[in-house]
Parts: sequence; structure tokens; C-alpha cells
Amino acid sequence: MMRPASNLVFAAALASLPIAAFASNWDDQPVDPADFEDQVVISYDEDGRYYTEDDIPTYNIAEDGTVDWLTFNGFRRYHAECHVCHGPDGEGSTYAPKIKNSALHMGYYDFFDVVVNGRKNGNSVMPHFGENQNVMCYLDDIYVYLAARGMEAVPRGRPAKKEKKSDLIREAEDACMG
Amino acid sequence: MKKLMLLTSGIAFFASQMAMANDDLVAQMEDPKQWAIQTGDYKNQRYSELDQINADNVGDLQVAWTFSTGVLRGHEGSPLVIGDTMYVHTPFPNIVYALDLANEGKIIWKYEPKQDPDVIPVMCCDTVNRGVAYGDGKIFLHQADTKVVALDAKSGAVVWEVQNGDPAIGETNTATVLPIKDKVIVGISGGEFGVRGSVTAYNMADGSLAWRAYSMGPDEDILMDPEKTTHLGTPVGADSGTNTWEGDQWMIGGGTTWGWYSADLDENLMYYGTGNPSTWNPAQRPGDNRWSMTIMARDIDTGMARWVYQMTPHDEWDYDGINEMILSEQEIDGETRKLLTHFDRNGLAYTMDRVSGELLVAEKFDPVVNWTTGVDMDPESETYGRPAVVAQYSTEQNGEDVNSTGICPAALGTKDQQPAAYSPKTELMYVPTNHVCMDYEPFRVSYTAGQPYVGATLAMYPAPDSHGGMGNFIAWDNINGEIKWSIPEKFSVWSGALATAGDVVFYGTLEGHLKAIHAETGEELYKFKTPSGIIGNVMTYEHAGRQYVGILSGVGGWAGIGLAAGLTNPNDGLGAVGGYAALSDYTALGGQLTVFALPN
Repeated sequence: MMRPASNLVFAAALASLPIAAFASNWDDQPVDPADFEDQVVISYDEDGRYYTEDDIPTYNIAEDGTVDWLTFNGFRRYHAECHVCHGPDGEGSTYAPKIKNSALHMGYYDFFDVVVNGRKNGNSVMPHFGENQNVMCYLDDIYVYLAARGMEAVPRGRPAKKEKKSDLIREAEDACMG
Repeated sequence: MKKLMLLTSGIAFFASQMAMANDDLVAQMEDPKQWAIQTGDYKNQRYSELDQINADNVGDLQVAWTFSTGVLRGHEGSPLVIGDTMYVHTPFPNIVYALDLANEGKIIWKYEPKQDPDVIPVMCCDTVNRGVAYGDGKIFLHQADTKVVALDAKSGAVVWEVQNGDPAIGETNTATVLPIKDKVIVGISGGEFGVRGSVTAYNMADGSLAWRAYSMGPDEDILMDPEKTTHLGTPVGADSGTNTWEGDQWMIGGGTTWGWYSADLDENLMYYGTGNPSTWNPAQRPGDNRWSMTIMARDIDTGMARWVYQMTPHDEWDYDGINEMILSEQEIDGETRKLLTHFDRNGLAYTMDRVSGELLVAEKFDPVVNWTTGVDMDPESETYGRPAVVAQYSTEQNGEDVNSTGICPAALGTKDQQPAAYSPKTELMYVPTNHVCMDYEPFRVSYTAGQPYVGATLAMYPAPDSHGGMGNFIAWDNINGEIKWSIPEKFSVWSGALATAGDVVFYGTLEGHLKAIHAETGEELYKFKTPSGIIGNVMTYEHAGRQYVGILSGVGGWAGIGLAAGLTNPNDGLGAVGGYAALSDYTALGGQLTVFALPN
């Protein structure tokens, strides 16, 4: 049940993780949802946040399509911070990969590392967002949204129905954004 | 006494140099066999007097030769032709090639700057570059990292270089430069990073700073005279660049300057537009946010603003005002006037008197534009020159954390930077447009230097209840403010147009077609599918008695982001998802120049 108290502190610990090879531009690393089920299945929830049995944040989509708050908010933050390279709905652009699939292939920790520290492969460059509160305060949101997209658990576009923002999520957001 | 002699002769020498620099380029531009400046001429008309290729024979056009740039990113802009030499540029890393047209395109020289790749992710929307400029025997390259380099046109050797901005705080460059008189005038990008926009003039001879005019800030920064600089005929007054901002927000106020510039040498004025105010969340920057979203007319020598016009006060939709100003001389009510026509991102086409800054016409150039009912044209009115905002589509009035839906046009505008052309023969403007609408939800963001400072999420989709495509190519009557005809396109038209005396208009499509249409009717006369999607501008030149038409292919830019996987309309419900065309089904990455000519 132990979870990192602060994304920013946690990031420092991850800085030395090895970097996996990554696809660039229009190359698609396809995702077969069956292969990634274990990575996203809900084990428990706390105040509107959902986790796998490995304590990794995950999404919750109800039968009527209602998404958890983080998935909804991840949609919003993704389309403010990430979509100018990775395209609408995580679908990729002419020069940046389909990040909805990358998020699953990489898994939570590698994803986290690359967002915080960035990485380079020739002229293909992912910036580092470690100091950007608009990203770091919502990194779990963005991750679960992209994981849900990669699993095709949510369709393209804005989720129509969402769970309420819990008090705990609100408090954490206020503390992080300052 | 001797000293004084030296000094004065030095001045005389410098003055003659100035005149030469200008005369050289003006002469090159007046020769239709050349393509001496990205915009065709200082008027941005993109019109050529060449007529060997004409409406009767353009159907026979063939590929004459091709050239691979070796770079697979979005290719905007076009090559230049000066004499026997063609100059071809690339997106990042911003390579410049000089090709020998008299020797089958042999590479005379190649220049590849060293740039830190860290600039790449700071560039909003791909690593495009809109091309080099020529003047005074030099080729001017404005790199992604904002370094301006003057290269010897004959050898490619660096003559001088100067750093215009700082990529570490999000300042980058995508635009070409304006070489004029003894100056090179440059802009800056980074509106999505909280950059304070500026236009800067460097001396062509040595790269030393001549003047810099910011888009917002104190009067001495924005180079405005409170009494003499006018906004729709009224003096702007003191502190006009700060008194419509709250606190210090103007310091990260946006208003960047990455469009095409034009100039009128007789009036000694240069014209350009400023971009959106930062952030995209209007609630965080109360006020009109002057002088973002503004058409500027500045003195070429001093940078002082003669007149300004703010089109979209307090932007709520990211409708950058940077698009080109096309200059023309046309008759209105029996009187020939010096005009400026501008197709704004906000969906309105403005015709102005370019000497006085008087607003003559402001009309929608896509009927789906819905955020405004129109511009107040009554000079006696308190809201003279302001667009009337429709409450339903006002992201300011709807507030933070509210998703405003069905706004037309989308943030990329009814037209983005892709330049239109004007034919003095038909007196029509030929305009590549987007036909895309959006949902827009603003929310609070915090500013970190060098990090995105956006503050809104948006979803874009083809204009509802229309032809289903995402673009149109239109002919526009700028005197009456009317669409003459409109050609529907599957994708946004992201290519700069070319009009010729042969009654042909050329443009490229995102699928990769070069198209030739009739200048009067819009009838399609020719098309050819090039290796990749086209976001470059069509150019023409003549060499050894033969007219050529050139176009860069290489899909990317804003279009490569939004359209790569296709767009969806979240309001259409699940059934429509994936129903719209995906660009990746039509074309793949490329970087190629294709040159066309009639058969020998």
C-alpha cells in the first residue's frame, strides 16, 4: 500500500533507471489489450483513486461509460501539455509516437521517468517536465488516461461522464499547485 | 581634420552600401524569372508575371527534376532562385543547400548549423522553418534556436551571426526574415511558453542591433508614440502596452511574431501581425491584452509604430493574428487606394487603408465562423472596430473548467500561416483555409520559464453540417468582402498559393497533390501526387527560357499533429469516432522538392 508521498521526490529516485528503446513518429507499437490486462486491473481504490495490486494507479470505467476523475482530468491535462506533439487522444503525430500505446509498453515507472527527465534519440527529443507543475501535479492523471486509451477502455474524444472529484484529490491538487 | 575626412567618407561609403543592398534585392524581385523572396515580393502577393505555363497548357505539366532534402519533418516555405542558383532550406537542423540550376542541380555548397536538439521540444508544433532570404549578396537563415546567420551567397561562408532569443525560456523561431533597405527584420515564436513577443531589426552589413519593438510593455519597449501612433485614427495614449494587463502579466504576455512580413518602401512602413496573449486561459489575464492580436505598421528605419489595429481584444480562442498582410492598389468608389488585406485566424478577412490604418472591410471568409456576429464598423461607436462576441462561444464568459462546444473556427484558425496569393489581373485573393471547429476548456496553469504555458484543452473536428472535409480553397473579393468561389478539400489546405499571369493558381494539399486551377473559375486543370503531404508554398521561376514551378513536400507542422490520426467530433457520439479521414492513410513522411515544367 505504500505510495510515493510526492511525485517530485519520487522522480529523483527514478532518474537512474535504464531507458527503453522508443518508437518515433507514426511508427505504431501495437497493443493487444489481452497482454496488458494485468497492468491495469483494479485491485483497490482510495478516495476516488484506483490502484492495481502493485499499487500502480489505474483507471476505472463504469459500464455506462462513467470514467474516474483522474482519467477525465488526464484527458484535459494531456490535451494542454502533451498533444502539441503526441496528437489528439494520444494517437501520435508525424513526429511523435502514439503515446497511448507507449504508456502501456513502458509501464508506469518508465513512463514517469521519461516525462520527468526527458530523453533524446538524434533529432527526436522528449522534453523534461520535472519542474512543470501543470504536468507533475497531474502525472498520475495523464498516465491512467493514456493507459485507458491504449487499452481502448475509453474512446477517442472527451469522456462524456465522470466521477466527482473527491475531497482528497482536491486537497492534493491544491497542495501541489500551490 | 584628417580624422573628420575619414569619418565622413566612411559614412558616405556606408550610405552607398545601404542603397546597393536594397537596390540589388528590389531588382531581383522585379525580375519575374527569379524567386528572390519567400513572399514573392514585398507586397506578399505571391504573383508571378510568368505565363509560359498557362490555363491552356498547364494540363501537360510534367516533373522536370526532384531533390531530396534528407530531412523527414514538416517542410514549410519554399526555395529561392537568384540567377543560376537555387537555395533550398530544411526543417531542423536547418540545412541550406545552394543548387546550380545551370548544372543539373549540382550542390554548390551546403551549410548545416550546429544546434542543441533541446530546442526541438520547445518548438510548438513541429520543427518547421519557412525559408531563407536574400539581400546584399548574402543568404539569411533564421535557425530554430533563434540564431540569425548571414551566409555568403556564393560560398556559403558565415559572414556574421547574432543570437536573437533564448530557447531556454521557450523562445524559438520558425519564420523567415524580412530583408529590407539596410536591415534584416526578424520575429520570434513561443506564445505557448509565455514569451513576450518582439520584432527586431539587425543591420544587414554586420548583424548589429538596429531596433527592437516588443508587442507589449512600456512605451519605450513597444516603440509607440502616445500622441502619434494611432489605433483606428485615435492616438494610442501613454502606457498602451501595459494598461490593459493586470499586474506584470504582460511580461509573459505572448504576442509573438512568426508570420510573413510585408513592406511599402514609399511609405517606409513594414507590416506584420502579433500572436495570441499567453495563456490560453483568458481568466488569468483580464483586459484587452494590447498589443497581442494586432496588425502593426512600423517605420522601417526606426521601428516606431505609425498605426496599429487590434483585431481580437482579450483573445479567448488562440486566434493568433500573425497571418500575412497582402498589399495591393485597387479602386474603391472610383478612387485608387493603397490597401492591406489580412485573413485572420479568427475567421475574419480585413481590408484596410495601409497608409492611414483605416478599417474598410471586415467580413467572415468562411460562413461557419460563429464566435462573432461581426465587427462594429461605425466610427462614432464606442465599440468601433471590435468584434461582437457571441456569449455561447465565449470561453471567458463560460468560465474556467467549463467546456465551450461547437466554436468555429478552431484554434488553428480559418487560416493559419499558409500564405494566400493575389492576382492584380483578376483582383482576387486565393486563400488556403481550414474548415475545422472545436471544443475549448480553459483552466488555471502556473508559469515555469521554458515550460509550456497553455491552460486550455481543446478538441477539434471538421465543421459540422458542411461537406465533411477539413479545408477549402477559396477566391476572395477583398473590396466587397465576399467569397467568389470555394473548392472543398478533404484536409486543411496548409500550402501557400501562387497566382500567375498565365491565369493559373497553384496550391498543394496535405495528401501531397500539387494542384493547378483556373484563376477565374477555380476549375481544376492539373494535379500530381508528390511523395509526401504538402505544407510548403508554391513558387515559380524561369531558367534558360523555360518556366518552372517548384514545391516542397514533407508533411508535418500543426497539420501533422492534428490530422495525422484523423479528427473526431466528441459531440457526435460514439458512432462517429474514427469516421473522419486520417492523414496517415494518405501519405507518409518525406522531404522533397519537386520541380515541374512543360514538356520540351
